[in-house]
Amino acid sequence: MNLAVRDIRHSLGRFVLTTIGVGMLLMVVMGMGGIYRGLVDDALVVTRGVGADLWVVQRDTRGPFAEVSRLPRSLVDRIAAVPGVTDAREFVLHTIQREHRGKPLRMGVLGLGWPTDKGEGLPLIAGRPLAQNHFEMIADESLGLGLGERLRLGKDTYTVVGLTRWLVASGGDGIACFTSRDAQAIQFHEPGESIRLERQARRARADEIDFGRTQPGVLDRASGPAQSLAALPSPAISAVIARLMPGTDPASVQRSMSGWSDVTTYTGPQQEELLLKGSVDRARRQILLFRVLLTIISAVIMALIIYTLTLDKLHPIALLKLIGAPTHVIAGLILQQSLIMGVLAYGVGYLIGTRLFPLFPRRVLVSNDDLLRLAGIVLVISVLASLLGIWKAMRVAPNEAIG
Amino acid sequence: MDDPLALETSGLTKVYGSGHTEVVALRDASMRVRRGEVVALLGPSGAGKSTFLLCVGLINPPTRGTVTIGGKLMQDGPRSLGDLRRFRRERIGFVFQKSNLIPFLSAIENVQVVGELIGRPSSVARRRAKELLDALGVGRRAFNMPTQLSGGEQQRVTVARALANQPSLILADEPTAALDSVRGRQVMELFRDVAHRHGTGVIVVTHDHRALDVFDTIYEMEDGLLKPAASAAAKATAARA
Repeated sequence: MNLAVRDIRHSLGRFVLTTIGVGMLLMVVMGMGGIYRGLVDDALVVTRGVGADLWVVQRDTRGPFAEVSRLPRSLVDRIAAVPGVTDAREFVLHTIQREHRGKPLRMGVLGLGWPTDKGEGLPLIAGRPLAQNHFEMIADESLGLGLGERLRLGKDTYTVVGLTRWLVASGGDGIACFTSRDAQAIQFHEPGESIRLERQARRARADEIDFGRTQPGVLDRASGPAQSLAALPSPAISAVIARLMPGTDPASVQRSMSGWSDVTTYTGPQQEELLLKGSVDRARRQILLFRVLLTIISAVIMALIIYTLTLDKLHPIALLKLIGAPTHVIAGLILQQSLIMGVLAYGVGYLIGTRLFPLFPRRVLVSNDDLLRLAGIVLVISVLASLLGIWKAMRVAPNEAIG
Repeated sequence: MDDPLALETSGLTKVYGSGHTEVVALRDASMRVRRGEVVALLGPSGAGKSTFLLCVGLINPPTRGTVTIGGKLMQDGPRSLGDLRRFRRERIGFVFQKSNLIPFLSAIENVQVVGELIGRPSSVARRRAKELLDALGVGRRAFNMPTQLSGGEQQRVTVARALANQPSLILADEPTAALDSVRGRQVMELFRDVAHRHGTGVIVVTHDHRALDVFDTIYEMEDGLLKPAASAAAKATAARA
C-alpha cells in the first residue's frame, strides 16, 4: 500500500491546487529558458539565413548587428574581385517605425543583393521570393501583413509577395526584405520640403564662397539632385557579405584583405560570436539570473508546502511510529509526496507552457536539452524540499499519537 | 509464543526530571498477564496508568525494571529505537481513548497497513484485515473513511488494527471514554472475546466501573504504586453473580 498516494487521495483538492501552483512556477522557469533560446535563435536567424562566409564591415567596427557600419557601395565590386570569393552582395539592415492601419508598425528592413539574392533562402511559408528589383517585399508574419497587401514606405508603395515565419531582428521586430536599393530608399527617404531646404542651404553656402561666385555652374549644381554632386557620397551600405568558393579557407581570404585600411572582415562564426557576446549577452545573463532566482524560489516554496503537508500529518506519523512503522516508511511517505508533486508540477508546467508560449509576442524556444536539465533540477528540488518535512517527522514521538 | 505469560513486568520504575524537579511516576510496578487474560487498570488521573502503558508498550523506556513480552525480555537496558519499533509492530497492539485511525486510510486500509508493516504480502494483509473487520462486525464499513464511521465503529476498527499483527499483548488506554455506556460495554466485551479467542493478553486502563465484571483481573494504581484491587475485584465478582 502506498501511503503517499493514499494521503494525496485524501486531500486531493489541496494537492492538485498546490501542484498547479508549483507547475505554473516551473512553467515560468521553463519559459525564461525558452525566451533566452528564442533570443539567441532570433539573433542568429538573419546571419545564418544570408549564408555569408565572410562579413566585410567598416574598419574597427563590430559589424551591423553591434553598431553603425557604413561602407561605400563600390566595395562590393572590390570584394568580388578577391581570389577565392564567389560572389559579394550588399547587406543593408536597419529598423523603421511607421503607422499602419492606425497602429505603430515597427520592422527591421533587410536589403537583399538583387539580382543574386531574391530571397530564395528565406523561410517562406507563403507567396514567393522577389521577382522584380523594386516595389516588392517579403514580410515576416509577425508584422501582421497579408499576401498582396500594399504598404507605403517613404515615397513608394510596396506589395507583400511572400511571408516568412520567425524572421526577426535581434530586438524582436519582424523583418521585411526588400532589394537593397529599395531598403536604402526607405532608409534615406527625406520629405520634399526637407530636400528643398537642404538645396537652398547648399545654394546659400555656395553664394558665400569665392568658388561659388566665380563658378556659376557650381551654383546650378548646388540646386540640383544630391547624386549629381561629386563631393556628396551615394547612400552607404551596412556591410558586404561574401560567399567563398568551395574549399577556400576563409582565413586566407581574410589575410588577403587585411591590408585594406578601410574595412575589417569577420567569418560567419566570428560575426555570430560578436552578435551573441554583444547585444544578446546582457539579456542572456539577466535571464539566467532570473532562472536561478526562480529555481531557488520554486525550491523554497516546494519545501514549505511539503513541510506544511507534513505538519498536517504529524498525528498520523506519530501513530505510524506507535504501531511500529520503520523510519524508511515514514521518510518514504514524505519523499514520495514531494517527488509526485515535483513530477506532476513539471508536467503541468510543460502542458500549460506549450499552449501558452506560442501566444507570447517574442519567440519562446524550449529545447529538449533545457527540458531534461529542468527535469533533473526538479527532481533534486523535490528531494531537497522533502528533507525539512522528513526532519520534522523524525522528531515526532510515538506517544504524541496518544495525547 | 509458547510462553504462557503475555506480559511480565518487574520493578518497573519511571522517574521524570532530577533533583528538586524529580517526579516519580511509577514505583516498582510488577504485573503478570497470562495469555488470554483481560486485565483492568484503575486509578485516578495522574496515578501513573498511562506511564505504565507507555513503558510496557516500549514507547517510553522505564528508568529501572524489566519488561518481558511473550517470553522475550525487552527492557533490560538501552535498546535501539529501531529494535523497539520492530518489536512493537510484531508483538503489541494499541487501542486508545480517541479513535486513533489514520485519517487518510479507509477502515480496511488502517488494518491492512499493520499486516504490511510486518512483511505480509499486500493481498494477504488485506484478506486478514477483512476477516478481522467481519469478525468485529464492521466488515460492511470496510471501505469507509474514519470520518464516515461512528465512534463505536471506529473503536472496533482500532481493535481490528490492534489484532492485525496477532500480538502477544494489547494495550488499551481508556478505549471507551468517548462512547456511551452501551457501546462502552460492547467494546470491553470485545476485548474479552478477543483475548479468549486469540490468546492475547489485554491490559485496559479504564475509569468505567460499570463494566468491571468483564475483566479477569483488576489492578489499581495510585501515586505510581500498582496493586491488585481487592475491593474492585469483589465488586466485579458481585456484578458477575
